Amino acid sequence: MEDVVIKVEGIGKRYKVAQREAYQTLRETLVRQAKAPLQWMRKNREATEKKNGYWALRDVNFEVRRGEVMGLVGRNGAGKSTLLKILSRITEPTTGHVDLWGRVGSLLEVGTGFHNELSGRDNIYFSGSMLGMRKAEIDRKFDEIVAFAEIDRFLDTPVKRYSSGMYMRLGFAIAAHLEPEILLVDEVLAVGDTAFQKKCMGKMDEVASHGRTILFVSHNLAAIQSLCQRTVWIDGGQVAGVGPTRDIVENYLASSASKSDTDDLRERQDRTGDGTARITAVTIEATDGSPVLRTNSPMKLTITYEAAKPIDRPRVWAEFQDYASRKVICAFDSQINDELPGELPANGKVECLMESPRLTPGRCFISLGIFRNGHTADELERAISFDVEPAETASSHAMTRQWALTDVPHKWRIGE
Amino acid sequence: MSSGVTQTDHSVESLKLNSVIGPRKFGIAPRRIQARKGWVGIDFRELWEFRELLAFRAIRDLKVRYKQTVFGVAWAIIQPLLTMIVFTIFFGRLAGIDKQTTIAYPVIVFCALLPWQLFSYCLVQSSNSLVDNAHILTKVYFPRLVIPLSTMLCGLVDFCFSFVVLLLLMAYYGIYPGPTILLLPVFLVLAMIAALAVGLWLSALNVLYRDVRYVVPFLVQLWLVVTPVAYPINLVPEKWQWLYGLNPMVGVIGGFRWAMLGESPPGSSIIVSTLATVLLLIGGLFYFRRMERRFADVI
Repeated sequence: MEDVVIKVEGIGKRYKVAQREAYQTLRETLVRQAKAPLQWMRKNREATEKKNGYWALRDVNFEVRRGEVMGLVGRNGAGKSTLLKILSRITEPTTGHVDLWGRVGSLLEVGTGFHNELSGRDNIYFSGSMLGMRKAEIDRKFDEIVAFAEIDRFLDTPVKRYSSGMYMRLGFAIAAHLEPEILLVDEVLAVGDTAFQKKCMGKMDEVASHGRTILFVSHNLAAIQSLCQRTVWIDGGQVAGVGPTRDIVENYLASSASKSDTDDLRERQDRTGDGTARITAVTIEATDGSPVLRTNSPMKLTITYEAAKPIDRPRVWAEFQDYASRKVICAFDSQINDELPGELPANGKVECLMESPRLTPGRCFISLGIFRNGHTADELERAISFDVEPAETASSHAMTRQWALTDVPHKWRIGE
Repeated sequence: MSSGVTQTDHSVESLKLNSVIGPRKFGIAPRRIQARKGWVGIDFRELWEFRELLAFRAIRDLKVRYKQTVFGVAWAIIQPLLTMIVFTIFFGRLAGIDKQTTIAYPVIVFCALLPWQLFSYCLVQSSNSLVDNAHILTKVYFPRLVIPLSTMLCGLVDFCFSFVVLLLLMAYYGIYPGPTILLLPVFLVLAMIAALAVGLWLSALNVLYRDVRYVVPFLVQLWLVVTPVAYPINLVPEKWQWLYGLNPMVGVIGGFRWAMLGESPPGSSIIVSTLATVLLLIGGLFYFRRMERRFADVI
């Protein structure tokens, strides 16, 4: 049997709505109690909880093996931090259980429990013991911590005088020198400058290479891909996928691009532009009748839009992006050959025809925008995604996305 | 963004490195995290594990308190002294209570003020301790009992300073403690238990119901009157002594006065009081432990 170190089974967390909102006052509770006898109160309370309660996590199951670096991704509010809190014993699960083999160290925030009036030295001991280190252990690692944080000259100054960089380096230094078997890290890389982030990554890498198990939450997908072999994707409090990082991240990104309704982009909030026109739907299809988009497919991009009045001097652009690198594969601009009429009707469609984009197999995003009279009317980054399949007659050595983004037809021969 | 680690299979490497951590731990019982229902006992072993944290927090509070204040140590002495003077003038002389005491009134008052100050200080500090530490309660795990417990040291240190002043005061009035002084540690512990007990109740309640914070000063005021600081215990008629004794501080102060001044040995009120204190503590501990699981969610 694989050496499992974290086993999460059926974990759920329900917040009673009252808890999450304003705290109660004693007065309110007493008045409520006085209004109803105790028994009825209990039944009533349970009924209200069932109605108003909100499940931050529901039926979460996964395992982490020894020595693994497991990523945890998901949108904001999906429940990642709640899960970490449960694993760190800060909050209790409502259902299910977690089994942990080994000491757990949590890094949920940099500089946990630092007291501003105390010196760096005192805070190392204070924060270290709060994170679970014994004094003897801190003594042993003291110099290493100070060296990592680069604060030797400022050891005895109160922490409130530290620059934000020093503060964070110290916070991370202390936590990084914990030696738990299991390390839980929550978006620590979100703060700090590049130098700091590099240091953190390097240290986590080192910790992982010593065989410790890490559960790493981050929005920084590049970091996740670089450090984690497997990843859990949490969406809306439930596990949307567990598996090799590459696949999971791909699925996660694809879902954020095209949420519940693939075609109706009307509701998308993350757009730029002055709003005088609005892209409502985008479709891409092969024009040779193939149901599937292939490397050798001629394609047609259809953009449906709506506007309050006709769009004068319109310009429409679109680009295909590679999902992993975010690089632009190819771009299309109506301005190049001035092909659109001087005025577009207020509501309608615009089509872009591509004879042979020759995209290598893989997932692509489409970003697009509409200009009106030189101003950006509407722009959407990664409006939808689509998959490109290999050509039916492709050889086994056909060009792959790993190497290049497009597969340009070419011919090799002996020189003349 | 590569730090030299490739995406390829790590499992071989980690198998090799298992020897760094140690042999595979077959048969080691895992720690299980799951919902707890109902009343939970105190995990003494865990508290012991975190004893260093308790010490650090207590010492830190002490350092911070004495670092920043202008008065610092002096405040621990000035406060009871001034109170004693004011009480002597108004309650002692003008209200005539000093006629009811056999020993010098100022000494009686000051003797009671020591445990009272310990109690009221610890009470106020611990009742706000959880809410004030909201930011770490949501970020780190450690036994939550550590927080109100760590507020007690400061009160104790203050007590020590004012104790010295008490001895000086007693010498001035020519009162010397008898063999009963050996019982002083008992009542000191009782005072701390009373403070902790009330502190636990209030700190837990404060997390769940934030208006408790505003009730506390009022509570302390009333409690002072109900406690025999400005007057001797026998001010209360005999038949009501048992009810009066429900106040934990009655037992503490009665005992203090007995230990230090050799005053009347404890009557029924003190026995009731001690019992009440212990029950309050046990109740407080259980309530705290039961509510503990909701702290991070509610705070």
